[in-house]
Amino acid sequence: MNARTGARLQRKSQAIGWIFVSVAVLLICAFYFYPMIQAFLLSLKSGKGTNLHAAGLANYRRLFGDTTFLAAVKNTFTYLIIQVPIMIVLALFISVLLNDSGLKFRGFFRTAIFLPCVTSLVAYSVIFKYLFGQDGLVNTALIQLHLVSQPIGWLTDPFWAKATIIIAITWRWTGYNMIFYLSALQNVDSSIYEAARIDGAGPVRQFFGITVPLLKPIILFTSITSTIGTLQLFDEVMNITKGGPGNATTTISQYIYNLSFKYTPDFGYAATVSYSVVALIVLFSIIQFKAAGDRNG
Amino acid sequence: MVKPRRAFTYAFLIAATVVSVFPFLWMIVSATNKSVDVTQGRLLPGSHLIANMRNLFDQYDVVTALANSAKVSLTTTFLALVIGSLAGYGFEVYRSRAKDIVFNILLLSMMIPFAALMVPLYRMFAAVSRTVPFIGVNTAAAVVLPTMTTAFLIFFFRQSTKMFPRDLLEAGRIDGVNELGLFFRIFVPTMRTTYAAAAIITFMSSWNNYLWPLIVLQSEDTRTIPLLISNLGSGYTPDYGVIMTAIVIGTLPTALVFFLMQKHFVAGMTGSVK
Repeated sequence: MNARTGARLQRKSQAIGWIFVSVAVLLICAFYFYPMIQAFLLSLKSGKGTNLHAAGLANYRRLFGDTTFLAAVKNTFTYLIIQVPIMIVLALFISVLLNDSGLKFRGFFRTAIFLPCVTSLVAYSVIFKYLFGQDGLVNTALIQLHLVSQPIGWLTDPFWAKATIIIAITWRWTGYNMIFYLSALQNVDSSIYEAARIDGAGPVRQFFGITVPLLKPIILFTSITSTIGTLQLFDEVMNITKGGPGNATTTISQYIYNLSFKYTPDFGYAATVSYSVVALIVLFSIIQFKAAGDRNG
Repeated sequence: MVKPRRAFTYAFLIAATVVSVFPFLWMIVSATNKSVDVTQGRLLPGSHLIANMRNLFDQYDVVTALANSAKVSLTTTFLALVIGSLAGYGFEVYRSRAKDIVFNILLLSMMIPFAALMVPLYRMFAAVSRTVPFIGVNTAAAVVLPTMTTAFLIFFFRQSTKMFPRDLLEAGRIDGVNELGLFFRIFVPTMRTTYAAAAIITFMSSWNNYLWPLIVLQSEDTRTIPLLISNLGSGYTPDYGVIMTAIVIGTLPTALVFFLMQKHFVAGMTGSVK
């Protein structure tokens, strides 16, 4: 084969490569990037339904005086700051316990704790709504165990309603994150732990001195995906509390949904609110990468 | 004789297991009980399963919802696998600097939250409805189209292609197989387990998808199972037995897929981050 036909074959195979990826590239552009641009243009417009007019940055100014939006941001942050760390620590802890090779029924425990992941978000939300109802099983059990004397307003009290959402998300996603840690732990050479034990390091020192540093990339990955998930929280809130009582549990995603599809559609402002989620996701991802990078250095 | 530390491990894991499994048991037990018994906290299986099922199927169009869900998730899964694997394979096998740039741009789409897409997507499909009704609002196509291509799946297939023995492709080329043939006749059959993992993940997320169908499917005869369950759950006088029966039926397909292919599922989840 001479150089010319070689180059021609090379060009030809490059062209074939583009054909292979073309459908996916077109679809991602059509259903991710194009709508993102549309959302931005929409955020500069104002009006009800299809009757839109140019509004400049008025929508962005409106955000800062909008109490529902601010409540939604505050709730979303509350979920994020409390729920994500609890879940990640819990998942790490369980996966370390399960990584003990002398343990019996490991497969059973792993499957059982992972089981919540097979339910749809809607299905488990409805189940939790009934379990945590005023005369639901949780209150009945708490009263019979004499832990409380009055039923707790799991769905009707602003504080407890947030707690219910946090408990629900933690139930659904801890096992999911655990699987990532377990599979990462399997790649850790057990002789590192033996050496640490010989040096007199207890389980706590081993956990913070060996396990956490070794699993740092995967912890970063799971905390970013959990953060992105929490910033978009919708199904649970919609089906457990409907955002109530008042706006005590509403999230940014639910507010966007309400603005567009529940009230008289205000698509321009809804698009503006949606860009705040994008901004938050970018912001939190940068913070998490930075935090992980600094501990490295 | 169990050492004290291991005793703590067992106690903790048993507690975690009980918390994880209890809502499932309660759901299944409640599906066999009368609504009154469920509200009174009955935890024993009853004899009302058949009655609950009859009520559910009589009062709600569960069969249509199941059929809609099946149609949407099977189509999504099939197309997602074809499109995603073609792209992942293409980016890796025909690697070039320009393609790597495009690939990295595609990965950025993983950062775009659906919350930011729902309004413009809805407006796109509402606009299309007037001219091309069969892909407009209230159609299965409108659910499938925006959800079937994900950067995650392309990334997943590209990572898996890295493990694929390239010699097989060279051998095929020498035998005169064309490039598309190499993909369909050599790559696809060799990567069966990768496809299985991708299929499970896609099927489960499609079956359980709620927000986009909620927006784009507004008529009763097109709604999917999660929409039906959500609707049942928000009623003012809920029949708990009937609702739990609906949830059990709606969860069965994903639970079956999970138990039959647990290994592939875990491989699919973690495979892309290794």
